[in-house]
Amino acid sequence: MTTATLTAPATAAVPPAPGGLLTHTGYITARWLRGQARQPFFLVFSLLQPAIWLLLFGQLFKGIVNLPGFSDTSYIAYLTPGIVIMTALLSSGWSGTNFLMDIERGVMDRMLTSPVKRGALMAGQLASQATSILIQGVIVLLIGMAAGARYDGVPLGFVVTLGAAVLLAVAFCSLSNAVALLTRQHNALIGIFQFVSLPLTFLSSVMMDPKLSPDWVATAARYNPVDWAVVASREALSASPDWGVVAWRGGFLLLFAVTVAWLSTLAFRSYQRSV
Amino acid sequence: MTVPTPAPTRAQQTSTPSALEVVDLVKTYGRKKEVRALDGVSFTVPPGIVFGLLGPNGAGKSTTVKILTTLSRADTGTARVMGLDVAKDQQRVRLAIGYVSQKSGTDPEATGRENLMLAGRIYGLSRGQAQHRADELLNRFGLTESAGRLVRTYSGGMQRKLDVALGLIHRPQVLFLDEPTTGLDPEARADMWAEIERLSTQDGITVLLTTHYLEEADRLASQLAIVDRGRVVAEGTPASLKAQLRGDAVQIDLKEPDLDGHARLLIERVPGVGEIHVQGAMLRARVEDGSAAVPAVLAVLDDAGIAVSSVTMSRPSLDDVYLRHAGRSFDTADRADAARAA
Repeated sequence: MTTATLTAPATAAVPPAPGGLLTHTGYITARWLRGQARQPFFLVFSLLQPAIWLLLFGQLFKGIVNLPGFSDTSYIAYLTPGIVIMTALLSSGWSGTNFLMDIERGVMDRMLTSPVKRGALMAGQLASQATSILIQGVIVLLIGMAAGARYDGVPLGFVVTLGAAVLLAVAFCSLSNAVALLTRQHNALIGIFQFVSLPLTFLSSVMMDPKLSPDWVATAARYNPVDWAVVASREALSASPDWGVVAWRGGFLLLFAVTVAWLSTLAFRSYQRSV
Repeated sequence: MTVPTPAPTRAQQTSTPSALEVVDLVKTYGRKKEVRALDGVSFTVPPGIVFGLLGPNGAGKSTTVKILTTLSRADTGTARVMGLDVAKDQQRVRLAIGYVSQKSGTDPEATGRENLMLAGRIYGLSRGQAQHRADELLNRFGLTESAGRLVRTYSGGMQRKLDVALGLIHRPQVLFLDEPTTGLDPEARADMWAEIERLSTQDGITVLLTTHYLEEADRLASQLAIVDRGRVVAEGTPASLKAQLRGDAVQIDLKEPDLDGHARLLIERVPGVGEIHVQGAMLRARVEDGSAAVPAVLAVLDDAGIAVSSVTMSRPSLDDVYLRHAGRSFDTADRADAARAA
């Protein structure tokens, strides 16, 4: 046994430079995207589901456009942006399960003892979710087009629709993450999201023109972020968009997303305190 | 062979600072701070050794490690890792330490190599450096062939090795191993023990090992602290702790339970016998010199016509050390505290 090797230096040697927030966010995003790509079942079903809604609801409610006062002449064209947004909402609900699995597995604790930027743990996970929701959105749009939806406001309308979907996803992924970090239970997380997502979908113009709904539904829709996203998307896709409508709804959506994302960092801190 | 490390004198301490210096850590949980996980834990670890924190489940070992690894904060008290304050200099502490938690810490949906690469990049290694280091560690832990497989297909022993490899990716000066062999089969445990020994003898890393296995602490730790209910109740080398207990432990199993206390009375009169505990037909005692006391004990029992079925004599174990300092046997404490924690 040599004693020479036992003497460790007194203080930490010149520390290597762990990257900044952006670099770390990139690493974390790549990790989650790779994980998602390795779950083919999840991938297929997350695409199959919106496709079925689109085709099923598209057929089921085809006649709605004939009701006097309905604002569009093609229901599939009306429904498609709605399904893009609805898919974003429903996919976001699962986001928090990623954190739960990391906590249960011990990955979170190991990460937190490393010099990883704390913000990157949240931002990277959000970025990966946003990416997959963006891809889903593109595919739903393509299916809608294949089913006969036509828009005048392209390509800008598509950009706005996908942008709205991503903002909504950032907001609800953050919410899901916050609930996960606070409750630390899969059942609570999924239960809360199912409880919330259906009313949010139906108290909006995802499937139905609010002009034809009871007044209270139209009123509720005005305060519903899901509706903001759908209204902004449809407006941008129309022949002569009122950009004021798009800007207001988009602005509210952005504000909402930023606020919830900020709240989720508080939930993250509360988790760290509880360790 | 473990060479007992002499306790550093004051003068030596200033020239070679301790790897870990823990002073009076207190940590409470709950709204009313009703759970006192740490109740004033203090110990010092010289660099380059395997230091064992031994204690039953729920004694406060993991809480101590969480504070030392910057995961958690102490209510009061201070802790330094390589001279760096864990509360004030978190980022530099994080670069100096590796942490292998009780709960693994590998991403099951990534391959072994991907796990290592991500960890390496986070610690600031370039892609090339991380690749090189990952290869080195995969090779060292015999995981090269499984490097491209998803971790969820790994056996428990392989996952544990990858956990340790992850903790070493940035060549830390201090490695924390929290219950590294819990849940491993005997073969994997023996493997892991060999790896832990190499860490301090070959790599010169200071290892803080928590365990609730007495034999693990005995075999691996060159110094240890025994923790019970949030306090350090004894500290020293395993040999010195055992040496504090004078003499040998003797266990006498009678054919019939000693209901009237007759056997106990007879044994008490034998010179050099003390600390007698009776449990049904089993008598336990400490004797100064086993080889002299055992024949004497057997003789008095034989004279009184009390039949003996077996006699065992043993050198003091860490279990005896624990019994002496915590006032209860290790197994009892482990079960009781695990139940309390649940």
